[in-house]
Amino acid sequence: MEKQEDVLILAIESSCDETAAAVVKNGRVVLSNIINSQIDIHTLYGGVVPEIASRKHIENINPVIELALKDAGVTLDDITAVAVTYGPGLVGALLVGVAEAKAIAFAKNKPLVGVHHIEGHICANYIEHPDLEPPFAALVVSGGHTHLVMVNDYGEYEIVGRTRDDAAGEAFDKVARAVGLGYPGGPKIDRLAKEGNPHAVEFPRAHVEDSPYDFSFSGIKSAVLNYINQCEMKKEQLNKTDLVASFQNAVVDALVSRAMMLVRERNIDKLAIAGGVASNSALRSAIQSACEQNGIKYYSPSPGLCTDNAAMIGSAGYYEYIKGVRHGYDLNAVPNLKLGERV
Amino acid sequence: MRILAVESSAVTASAAILTDDIMTAEYTINYKKTHSQTLLPMIAEIFKMTDTKPDDIDVIAVSVGPGSFTGLRIGVATGKGMALALGKKMAAVPTLDAMAYNLYGTDKLICSVMDARRQHLYNNIYYFDEENSLHKLRQQSLSSYEELTAELNELGKEVIFIGDGVSAAGRFFEEKLTCRYEFAPAHITTQRAASVAFLAKKQAERGELVDAAAVKPDYLRPSQAERELAEKQEAETDA
Repeated sequence: MEKQEDVLILAIESSCDETAAAVVKNGRVVLSNIINSQIDIHTLYGGVVPEIASRKHIENINPVIELALKDAGVTLDDITAVAVTYGPGLVGALLVGVAEAKAIAFAKNKPLVGVHHIEGHICANYIEHPDLEPPFAALVVSGGHTHLVMVNDYGEYEIVGRTRDDAAGEAFDKVARAVGLGYPGGPKIDRLAKEGNPHAVEFPRAHVEDSPYDFSFSGIKSAVLNYINQCEMKKEQLNKTDLVASFQNAVVDALVSRAMMLVRERNIDKLAIAGGVASNSALRSAIQSACEQNGIKYYSPSPGLCTDNAAMIGSAGYYEYIKGVRHGYDLNAVPNLKLGERV
Repeated sequence: MRILAVESSAVTASAAILTDDIMTAEYTINYKKTHSQTLLPMIAEIFKMTDTKPDDIDVIAVSVGPGSFTGLRIGVATGKGMALALGKKMAAVPTLDAMAYNLYGTDKLICSVMDARRQHLYNNIYYFDEENSLHKLRQQSLSSYEELTAELNELGKEVIFIGDGVSAAGRFFEEKLTCRYEFAPAHITTQRAASVAFLAKKQAERGELVDAAAVKPDYLRPSQAERELAEKQEAETDA
């Protein structure tokens, strides 16, 4: 049998505060993965400032792409197609990557493939797990998203549950701010909670009526804030370590219980997690042991591929490319692009 | 030398190809569609119409601002992406200078004005000398309607306004200006990539072309978050 030609995707990601580019072979092999993080700048402001993120993207994007090509040992002539995140995300930030990717595709006469950012997060699992193939269930948890998804085939996603209010990562950031840990809240809570008692305070596990798979995190967040207020009023010493451990436990519990319900009811034997909050150690170990108990094969990207990167866009872009997805030079950023939606 | 110029600093989207001394193509639209939807299709269209291939381009020129933050970034990223892909140098052309060039050869003052919202204008004041070289009276700036009007009244010379700042501040000028003035007509008052291309050629002749990596918009205005942080820090130092 004749060997099929390798497909090399140049992927560009600029949906939030990381300027990233990668070269990915056949959707699974990362030849390079360059990330320029702006986190130090945004920490000054206690969160991502969209206009500043956009300004940094335009300054950093060319060196990031050039380094990705150089690290991969390829030139643009070797690239099969250009993939770029076109949503969801910050519109001004997305537009930098989209305009740049379109211009490169035009100048080199390469196909252009727009990629959904969250689908990219899910595809991060393909990179390190050659055996992972659809169908599988995926739990996507990040600063802006909390989704329970069925990946029915490559590029075919069915949203089963979603958050009704705050994203899980957003709740982490808000609680971290309230207890004075600062931004970004996720990693800081994760670290501190390791020393705390996760059952010191029992916070409510919110259920959304008639939507058993949906999440709600604003209730847990409010309960935490109320608890802090009560401690202040009673002039009690607040045990921050136990508090964040209990908060994290409530969030993890809500996530894991719904993911397990989905794999049980759909009779699925594979569960993948994805997104920035998927690097949370408590979530990883809770979901791993739940999977082991239920005979489910568990997949997660290594922490470096959980946060925003372009390698995951290169993987998702590959599967879109081989399905025949092509975008035109009028591709626009779609800040509220829905998972599974094709624009 | 063949220059591709792009301009997307305000509502107008414009692309042009200048081949030595010939303006091979210019495509300008002033319509509500976003630059993300229009700019690259317009570039593709003029390439197609003029049998130009991307490899034929020697220099990529962009209008770097001031102007709409997002609009500038779409134009600059488009230019940077092409320059990266083709391995070509770029020309970073000040938007207000390019606008002033639309009035080549006038003996009056030229005031380029762009609407910067909140009763402010991005602006600069220019004149052409006897050899028809363009000079600016000062650095470009972000001024309130009052500040710019006072400055022009002080100069007391006849001035032609060019740019979309006229739609925003025209009435204010009519009431407060004491010097003679005129608003440029529609066919020259918008930003044009042809003017950007022409100034890029002058930069190339003077050896002022730059690497694509270094090109960024010249916003003339810090982001709101930066302004607020600076104000807060100032208040803390004063306290």
